[in-house]
Amino acid sequence: MLQIKNLTKIYDGGVKALDNVSFDVPDGQFLAVIGLSGSGKSTLLRCINRLIEPTEGQILWNGEDITAASQEEMRRIRRKIGMVFQHFNLVHRSKVITNVLAGRLGYINPAWSLINRFPKEDIEKAIKQLERVGIAEKANQRADELSGGQQQRVGIARALMQDPQIMLADEPVASLDPVLAHSIMSHLEDINKNDGVTVLCSLHFLDLVHRYADKVVALNEGKLVFEGLPKDIDDEKFKEIYGRDAERVG
Amino acid sequence: MNNNKKPSLWNSIKVGLLTFLTLMIFAYGFQVTKVNLEELRSERRQESFVRIMRALARPEIFEYEQVEEVVNYPFYTPCPPDQSVLLAPDINTLEPYIIVTPACAEPGAIVQVEGFNFAPNTTGPVRFVPGNDPSNVVTLGRENAKTDINGDFTVSMEIPKRPSDDVQYIRVILRRNVGAPHFTQTAHDTWDKIIETVFLALLATVLGTILAIPLSFIAARNLMKTVKSPLTSIALSTLGWPLGMLIGFIAIRWVGNFSAAIGSNILVNLASILILPLLIQFGLRWAMPQVETTTPSQSMKFARIGIILLSALLGFYVFFQLASLAMRLGNTLQASLGSFGFLGFFLFQMGDIIAILTPSIGALAAGGTLSSILGRLGQQSSERLPIPAIKTLNLILTPAAIAMVFVLIGQVLEWLYEFDTPLYTLWGPMAIGAGLGLLLAVMTKPKESLPIGLLIYSVTRTILNALRSVEALVMAIVFVIAVGIGPFAGTLALGLHTIVSLAKLYSEQVESILAGPLEAIQATGANRLQTIIYAVVPQIVPPYISYTMYRWDINVRMSTIIGFVGGGGIGFLLQQNINLLNYRAASAQMLAIAIVVSLMDYISSVLREKVV
Ligand SMILES: Nc1ncnc2c1ncn2[C@@H]1O[C@H](COP(=O)(O)OP(=O)(O)O)[C@@H](O)[C@H]1O
Ligand SMILES: [Mg+2]
Repeated sequence: MLQIKNLTKIYDGGVKALDNVSFDVPDGQFLAVIGLSGSGKSTLLRCINRLIEPTEGQILWNGEDITAASQEEMRRIRRKIGMVFQHFNLVHRSKVITNVLAGRLGYINPAWSLINRFPKEDIEKAIKQLERVGIAEKANQRADELSGGQQQRVGIARALMQDPQIMLADEPVASLDPVLAHSIMSHLEDINKNDGVTVLCSLHFLDLVHRYADKVVALNEGKLVFEGLPKDIDDEKFKEIYGRDAERVG
Repeated sequence: MNNNKKPSLWNSIKVGLLTFLTLMIFAYGFQVTKVNLEELRSERRQESFVRIMRALARPEIFEYEQVEEVVNYPFYTPCPPDQSVLLAPDINTLEPYIIVTPACAEPGAIVQVEGFNFAPNTTGPVRFVPGNDPSNVVTLGRENAKTDINGDFTVSMEIPKRPSDDVQYIRVILRRNVGAPHFTQTAHDTWDKIIETVFLALLATVLGTILAIPLSFIAARNLMKTVKSPLTSIALSTLGWPLGMLIGFIAIRWVGNFSAAIGSNILVNLASILILPLLIQFGLRWAMPQVETTTPSQSMKFARIGIILLSALLGFYVFFQLASLAMRLGNTLQASLGSFGFLGFFLFQMGDIIAILTPSIGALAAGGTLSSILGRLGQQSSERLPIPAIKTLNLILTPAAIAMVFVLIGQVLEWLYEFDTPLYTLWGPMAIGAGLGLLLAVMTKPKESLPIGLLIYSVTRTILNALRSVEALVMAIVFVIAVGIGPFAGTLALGLHTIVSLAKLYSEQVESILAGPLEAIQATGANRLQTIIYAVVPQIVPPYISYTMYRWDINVRMSTIIGFVGGGGIGFLLQQNINLLNYRAASAQMLAIAIVVSLMDYISSVLREKVV
C-alpha cells in the first residue's frame, strides 16, 4: 500500500507544482494520473522515488516513510520502484542489453560497476526481459538505432530488471503514435495483471484511461481535483479537470 | 530598430573623431612595433636575407663522400725575364692538367684557363694561390669551372695584383660526389630530438588526460549541484582527508620498508607478485559480493572492512615488490641487452616511478577512504541522533574542520614565503577558522543539507581558470627552475597545461549531456559512481576522444618550441643552431618539425574520423 499524505512541492523558482495532495494506492492497482500539461503529474511521480525532493508531506510505502529515508535506504527503496519515461531516457550510445542491465544497478556492488561487470544470471535475465517485450534480436544494437516504440520497450525491460513492486510510468505513450501506444500500454497491463505490480501511470488520452486504469486521480495546477473510477468522469468532472474551455473528443 | 538616419552635425563629428582615434591607434601601433620599411630596403639586410633563405632552402640532411681533383699550375706575374722557366705542361697524359694562356701575364690581366682530362660534369673553383708554396691554403679570386662531358673546361680569370719574382700558382679543385648519399650528423641529432619531442608530447597528453577526467566531473555544475550533505558529514569528511593521508602515508611507508627488508631477491619478488594478487582477489570477492539483496549484519560489515583494509595493504606490498622486480630486471637488462638497453632503462625507470608514487597514491587513497567513511558516519548521525546531540557535534566538529583547513593553507604559505611568525601562519588561521566554524555551526539548522557540491565546483573552476591563463611556456620556465633543464620539465609543464585546459573542455561536455538518461539510471537505485559510469561516461566518450586528439595536436606543436626555454625536445637544438647562424642545420630541424606536425595532424584526423 502506497500512501501519499499532504504532498506539496514548491520549486526553487516559487512554482507550486503540487499542493497538498493526498491519496492511497493499494497493492496491485493500475492507477492513472491525468491532468493538463503543467498540472504536476511528472512532479508527483518523481516525488515517489525522490528524483525530486518533496517540500512537505509524506509518502508511506507499507508503512515506511520514503521521504525520510537515508541515502542508503533510498537505494534499497528505488530498486523496487521501476520507472519508464515519456522520452524513454535510454543511454543512446550504449547497447540495448547494457541499457537493460542498468536496471540491476541498485543490486550490484558499485565496485563491480567500476569494471562494468554484471553477474551471469543478470545477463540471462536481461535477455528474458527483452524476449518478453519482443525485441530480443536487437540486444546488441545501439539504443539510438531503435524506433521510438522499440526504445520504450527497452525502457520497460530495464524497469522489469529491477523486479519492481511499483512501476511509475510518466506519459509512457505520449511520444508514440496511437497504434504503438496500445502495444506499450498492454505491456504495462500485463505487468500489472500477471506480475501483480502496482502501476502509477500518467496519461493524456481518456480513452486509454478507460481502457487500462482501475482508478484515476486528476491534478489541476498541483491540486487533486478528482479521485475515483474512470467511468465516473462525467462532463462536469471533465471540465473541472481540463478547464471550462476543454471539449471532450472521442 | 529605428532606421532613420537624419543628417546631424554631431554624428559627423563623431565619425570624424572616431577616424582620428583609429589613425592615432594605428600610428602608435606602428611606432611600438617599430615598423621600418627603410631597414627592409637596405642592401645589407637584403643580402643576409638572401643568404639565410638560400641556406634554409638546403636543409643539412644528406651528404656524399666527395673526391677532389686538384691541379696547381705554376704561374708568373709579371712575366719573368728568363722565359725558359715557363714549363709547358705534359699533354700526353691521362691525368688531369690545365693550360693557362698566356703562360705568364701582368697583374690585372685577363687569362684563359683551360682544363683537360677531369671527370665529366663536375664543378669547382679556379683560384690564384699567392706565394711560392703550392699547398698554401690562402687563395685569391674565384671563378667557377664546370667540365663538359669530355671532362674539359674553359674559364677566363683576372690575375690579382700580387706581383712577385717567384713562381705563384693557379689552382683548380674539382669535386664530385661518389657513392650513395648518407645522413649528416645534424640529421642524426635531429632524429634523436624529434623522437624526444614526440614522446614528450605523448607523455604530457596521457598524463594530462588521466588527471583531467576526474577533475572534469568535479568541475561540472550539473553533477555537483546535487551533492548536498549535512554539516556534520561535511565537517567529518573534511577532517578525514588529512588524517587519512597521514595514516595512509605512514602505513604505506611501513609496508615499503617491510617489502624492502623481505624482498631482497628476485624469487621473493616473483613469488609475491604471482601469489598475493590471487589472495587479494579472493579476499575482495568475499568482502565485496557482486549482488547484495539483504542488508548485512554489523559484525559482517566490520569483518568485510577488515578484509578490504588487509587486501589494500597487501596490494601496496605487491606494488613495492613489482617496483623492486622492475628495477632489478631493468638493471640486468640494461647491462646485457646492448643496443636494446633502453628497454632495461625504461623498466628501471618504471620501477622507480612506482616506488616513488606508491606512498603518495596510498596516502591519497587512505585520505579519500577515511574521508568518505567519516562523511557517511556524519550523514548517519545527523539522520539518527536527536537534534541537540547533532548541534553539539556540529559545534565541536565544524570549528575543528575549518581551523584545520586554514592552518594547512597557512603552513603552505609559511613554506613558500618563510614568514617565520606562527601568529600569521598557525595561531591566527586557527583562531579565525575556529571562529568561522563556530559561526557556521550556530547558523545552520542541524539537519539541513548544505550545497557542498557547488562550493567544491566553484573552487575547482576558479583554480582551473587561474591556471589556464598561464601560458605553457611560462609554466615550462617555472618547471625548468624546479626540476632542471630537460624534457622532464617540458613534460610537467605541458602535462599541467593539458590538465587544466582539458578539464575545462571536458567539464563543458559533462554539463551538456542529456539529463534524461541520468535521471533514469538514478531511478534504478544506482549510486553516484554507478550513475557516472553508466549514464555520464557513455555520453561523453566521443567528445572526450576528440578533445584529447585536439590537445595532442597542440602538445606536439608546443613540444617543438618548449625547448626554447629549456624544456627539452627539438626546440633546444633549433634555437642553438639559429644562434650559431647555422641555418642549414636549423632548416633540417624546421623541416623535421613540419613533417612531424603534419603527420600527427593527419593521424589524429584519421583517428577522429574512425572513433567519433
Ligand atoms: N525543475 C523545475 N523547476 C521549476 N519549475 C518546474 C520544474 N519542473 C517543473 N516545473 C513546473 O512545475 C509545474 C508542474 O510541472 P510538471 O510536473 O512537469 O507537470 P506535468 O508533468 O503535468 O506536465 C509546471 O508549472 C512546471 O513549469
Ligand atoms: Mg510531465
